[in-house]
Amino acid sequence: MLKPRRAQRLVALVILAALLFTPPLILLADKSVDGGLSWLAAYLFVSWALVIGLAAWLLERVPED
Amino acid sequence: MGAEVGVLVAAFGYLALLFVIAAWGDRRAEQGRSVIASPLVYTLSIAVYCTAWTFYGSVGRAAEAGPSFLLIYLGPTLAMLSGPLIIRKMIRIARAQRITSIADFISARYGKSSRLGALVALIALIGITPYIALQLKAITVSHAVLMDYPAAPGGPTSAAGFLSDKSFWVALVLAVFIMLFGTRHLDASERHEGMVAAIAVESLVKLIAFLTVGLFTVFVLFEGPVDLFTRAASQPQLQNALSLSAVPGGALGWVSTLLLAFLAFFTLPRQFQVLVVENVDERHLTRASWLFPLYLLVINLMVIPIALAGLLLMGSGGDPDSFVLTLPLSAGREGLSLFVFIGGLSAATGMVIVETIALSTMVSNQLVMPLLLRTTKRYQGLHSDLSAWLLGIRRGAIALILMMGYLYHALIGDSYSLVTIGLVSFAAVSQFAPALLLGLYWRGACGLGAGLGMLAGIAVWSYTLLLPGFAQSGWLPLSFLEEGLFGQAWLRPYALFGLDGLDIYSHSLLWSLMANIGVLVGLSLFTRQSHLEQTQAALFADALTEGVDTPPLWQGQTTRGALHDLLRRYLGAAATARVLAKADAPNHHHRIEASTAYGIGSAESGMEESASPQLIARAEQALAGALGSASARLLITSVVRGEALDMEAVLSILDTTSQALEYNRRLEQKSRELARIGEELRDANERLRELDRLKDEFVAMVSHELRTPLTSIRAFAEILRDSQDMPEAKRTQFLEVVVLESQRLSRLIEEMLDLARLESGRLTLHPQPLEMVALTRQSLAAVQHPIEERGVKLKAIIDLDEAWVIGDSDRLEQVIINLIDNAAKFAADASPVVLLRLEHHQGHVRLSLEDNGLGIASEDRERVFEKFHQLEQHSTASGQSRGRPRGSGLGLPISRGIVVQLGGRLWVEDATTLSGANLIMELPDAPQDKVMPVTETPSQPNG
Repeated sequence: MLKPRRAQRLVALVILAALLFTPPLILLADKSVDGGLSWLAAYLFVSWALVIGLAAWLLERVPED
Repeated sequence: MGAEVGVLVAAFGYLALLFVIAAWGDRRAEQGRSVIASPLVYTLSIAVYCTAWTFYGSVGRAAEAGPSFLLIYLGPTLAMLSGPLIIRKMIRIARAQRITSIADFISARYGKSSRLGALVALIALIGITPYIALQLKAITVSHAVLMDYPAAPGGPTSAAGFLSDKSFWVALVLAVFIMLFGTRHLDASERHEGMVAAIAVESLVKLIAFLTVGLFTVFVLFEGPVDLFTRAASQPQLQNALSLSAVPGGALGWVSTLLLAFLAFFTLPRQFQVLVVENVDERHLTRASWLFPLYLLVINLMVIPIALAGLLLMGSGGDPDSFVLTLPLSAGREGLSLFVFIGGLSAATGMVIVETIALSTMVSNQLVMPLLLRTTKRYQGLHSDLSAWLLGIRRGAIALILMMGYLYHALIGDSYSLVTIGLVSFAAVSQFAPALLLGLYWRGACGLGAGLGMLAGIAVWSYTLLLPGFAQSGWLPLSFLEEGLFGQAWLRPYALFGLDGLDIYSHSLLWSLMANIGVLVGLSLFTRQSHLEQTQAALFADALTEGVDTPPLWQGQTTRGALHDLLRRYLGAAATARVLAKADAPNHHHRIEASTAYGIGSAESGMEESASPQLIARAEQALAGALGSASARLLITSVVRGEALDMEAVLSILDTTSQALEYNRRLEQKSRELARIGEELRDANERLRELDRLKDEFVAMVSHELRTPLTSIRAFAEILRDSQDMPEAKRTQFLEVVVLESQRLSRLIEEMLDLARLESGRLTLHPQPLEMVALTRQSLAAVQHPIEERGVKLKAIIDLDEAWVIGDSDRLEQVIINLIDNAAKFAADASPVVLLRLEHHQGHVRLSLEDNGLGIASEDRERVFEKFHQLEQHSTASGQSRGRPRGSGLGLPISRGIVVQLGGRLWVEDATTLSGANLIMELPDAPQDKVMPVTETPSQPNG
């Protein structure tokens, strides 16, 4: 069983991830510099890595309560 | 031809290696030293999600539809992140109810309905067949690319007949392989530990192969990522390759593909198999929740570089699905190409193995067994030892599934790219999601709604995705696509009801899920569930609640012998003995004692005894593990006589349990509240007692204070009455005492009245602008003489010319005199000094009175403002006081009351100049506009 607070944090993280992965936030990254390639993919990878990092931090550390 | 042999040797060698690993894993499991009991292996087994579709198709999709290929992995990332909440629940339920497939899970949730199980199995079969076909196609095409490069791989393969078609042989080899691999156990309900170990290895192989070809592309074909991306950016036709505009359906298509992948991750039969059924320890889920998304991230890192490189180097001529292979081939790296081929092979075989095992379990347990059980007259008609039969059915199912995959591939598969087929399958299995996920959390979801909802959903899916596929393969007229069914434009499969502008998957998902959820919710709200359904719904929805466990369900009568026969027929003798022995151990000590009395062989003894409800439940669970919950229930009812299940009782137990938990929670809350209230009451009572005590003291003191002057008045008056011949001088002296004491008495009464008025707020003051310097000097003049008469030296430092406050002059003079009087009392016994100071201090007029006494301890400083408080100890310690008139003990409380009412403060500090205490009164300065109308200086000091 997850502790209630940890479960709440996890739900918040899932919501954050869903927001990061969907419009309108991804539209912000869908731009290119000097007519080159779009940054969208780079943005997706970075936010993906961020979410994984947060999840690892949240789930792996010893519960404080 | 030599190359051909080399490839075949490598491929079969790889399959043989897998087989060895699986066998090793199984043997370790039998020895109880599991090799898969780690979160890492669990994660790698979940990575069976990445199939040939990932391996070859992602690059293809990236080349054609930009970053949308990532959605297929971002959806599962979201799903896996919520794993500790959702998947944990599924694992818990599956373990408690011995559930072996998603069809079994849904069937069990909705009252162990065999019809529902069959429906899920059928949909899975139809929906997954294209997906298996995709893997076969990937293996065949990749093999052809490897062999025929640089020529394009051969066209449609069906024309030449299946015997010369390589994918037929691939399917056949795989079928044999999986039969050997997945159905080696007689006890079919056990986990496939060996298979999981092999799948984990495959996941590593495909990851390493893909990363290798990616690194090769970036650093060998190009000079690092910067070089690759600059060259790609300089190509005008690649300008929009990575932006959202390359994604079909735009933003809406983006969201719906994400949702599709999210739902499919829960409902794909192979994912259910590795996530839930093969899970060894639910704690592994915690780490896998982030480790698996990490795997997905890593395996996708190289997709875009490979896709861009392929587009740059191969031009538009090459098939993007094969870039992974053709890039190393074009550079002449045959060794690397072979490794990549093995990586793709492992991605494809991994998927086919797990998916086929999961599907064959469904087919045998949800389709064939119930049919067999129904058509033959219950169980009597079947031969003994059905466990061998069961394995036969599974093996037949495996062959059937792979042949269906092959047929789909041969007949239709060529008209679609890899990703397209994958998404069609995703959309099909997503139809399980409403029944599965709603059923996990909403008790009210009913079986009828779930079944009809799935039917509606899959019908829409067929119409909007499957049939158009047939049309594009030439099986149906293309006019069906363009003009709609019967020429009705609103029935066009890609624009149902005229809904245009979506990509075909979003379109299909939207309509099918809407129909599915609509029917499920609508029917659930308007039909009644059977008792069994209610029980199962409650068990599923409350699976994570502590204390809600499967209660013993069976109330009917049967003998141990009948159960034993039944189990042996379906599970074999060994498994039967295990089930009965385990059931005996914890619950039936008396029975064991009885059987030991008869000698060894407890399983054979007591066959005529009636079986306990626990034993029946255990037998049902064991059967469910092998045959599915619906068939298990059917079989148990066939041997249990009488009232089979007392569902009312079960439901009430469940409800009572959860109600009891709820009541318990509320009770705890209440008792905490009560404890808090009790505490407050105790405090209030304490305060009341204190007040009562103070009141008693007050009355005692008042009467004492009044009695003292009264006694002396009475005494002197009596002397005067009784001694007529008293000398005139004496008489005058006595009368003087009587007058003085009467004055003291009336002053005391006056003070007490003042105090009473102050405390009740009825003391009326007449505040007006008032000049403090003059008032202080006037008070000093009034008090100077009597004070100095007592030997006290009174000094005054008044540096101000004028100091205006708002006050009542009579009352303030009373306060000042009282303060001087008290300071004189606090002063030292020998050569007492009092120092009065009047000054401005931060917007206030401050009057301080220092003395040279012993000072007042800080804890006593507030007590001097209590009624009748006298600093007794100080005067008693020094023996007799210097004959100062005793105060009433009311002066300071009254003074403070007056000062506070005028907006000021009165307190005690340590003296700064002298050694003793410092009585300080502060009154706020009068506002400037109030100062001007100078009033008369205070008229008369009132006596």
